[in-house]
Amino acid sequence: MYRNLPDSINRSLALTVAASILYLIANSFPILGINLQGNGNAVTLLQAVHDLWSQDMPLVSSLTFVTAILVPALELCLMLYLLLPLYRGHLLPGTSQVMRLLQTIKPWGMVEVFMLGILVSLVKLVQDFNIIPGVALWSFGGLTLLLAALASSFNPRDVWTHLDLKQRREGL
Amino acid sequence: MDWPGRSAAGQGFCSCHVCGLVSRLEQDDLAARCPRCNTRLHFRRPDSLHRCWAFLIAAYILYIPANLMIMMETGTLVSYRKDTILSGVIHLWHNGNPGIAVIVFVASILVPLFKLVVLTLLLVSVRRGSTWGIKHRILLYRIVELVGRWSMLDIFVVTLLAALVQIQSFATVRAGTGAIAFGAVVVLTMFAAMEFDPRLMWDPLRKEREL
Repeated sequence: MYRNLPDSINRSLALTVAASILYLIANSFPILGINLQGNGNAVTLLQAVHDLWSQDMPLVSSLTFVTAILVPALELCLMLYLLLPLYRGHLLPGTSQVMRLLQTIKPWGMVEVFMLGILVSLVKLVQDFNIIPGVALWSFGGLTLLLAALASSFNPRDVWTHLDLKQRREGL
Repeated sequence: MDWPGRSAAGQGFCSCHVCGLVSRLEQDDLAARCPRCNTRLHFRRPDSLHRCWAFLIAAYILYIPANLMIMMETGTLVSYRKDTILSGVIHLWHNGNPGIAVIVFVASILVPLFKLVVLTLLLVSVRRGSTWGIKHRILLYRIVELVGRWSMLDIFVVTLLAALVQIQSFATVRAGTGAIAFGAVVVLTMFAAMEFDPRLMWDPLRKEREL
């Protein structure tokens, strides 16, 4: 059982905007770089997915693409679609479909698991290579925290309450 | 144990699994929709057990190649290794960080096994109409839902390493076919857990009382 938190819409909107910015940074810069006797390599997440695809691993590559890139992006877009108008007190059409879609894709967004994956990779690499931590490493860390905060501040009941009010108004 | 009151489903109440609104519903009205969000309503997830079994059996079959086949090939100037999930964990334990090895062991070996065993247990107990240890079984189901996603850890590690460690003749990492089977096991067990309707566990209690 829980009550409606004060300010949940404002807070969720702020967290969504911040998370979207970090998401863009996290996906534009290299996560890790390695160096071995002057030879090096660094990859962004999208490059990693693309490289794995060209190594004849389309299924594993798609799985990473969907869970670490696509679903988090879709989640943030849908949250903005809900929260931006809600901040001004109204709702856009298709709100209930958006809520349903959010609920369906939620288990498949795995930024926090990916973050742990980066750390495990780091430990595996550290014996053999010089590691150059990339900007995206920190951004993914921040993104993980923001998404966790967003999950606890966003209250779906706010949306449903507004939808109830809207339907009642239109019914009159 | 004494369970006061009657179940909501027994009185014709049905909650929408998207928006949570409770509506009154005729017992076999299959076309009913939630008045607030227009989602299709049903007392229990249709074909929950059959679908869950289907995903679970597929996961069992793929679980074998996922553990026996090569997950990752690592080649450097001085060494060449082929690792399955388990041998990778053991290697990490001896030549890396035992703490991280434990994390990988839990995420890649314990969690998938736990999910397969628990879901089988839940399906069998619902099939037999068992009322035994229902609170513990509900707890087990919650844990399965919560921890399932963490098995994806190894998939992400393989993706990152195979893309990053490509320094011509010095060092290369390649993903093995085991990774495909392993990814499939994670996805299939997640689908199986989603298809399972935990409310089915409570139904035998209702029947017991009505007798």
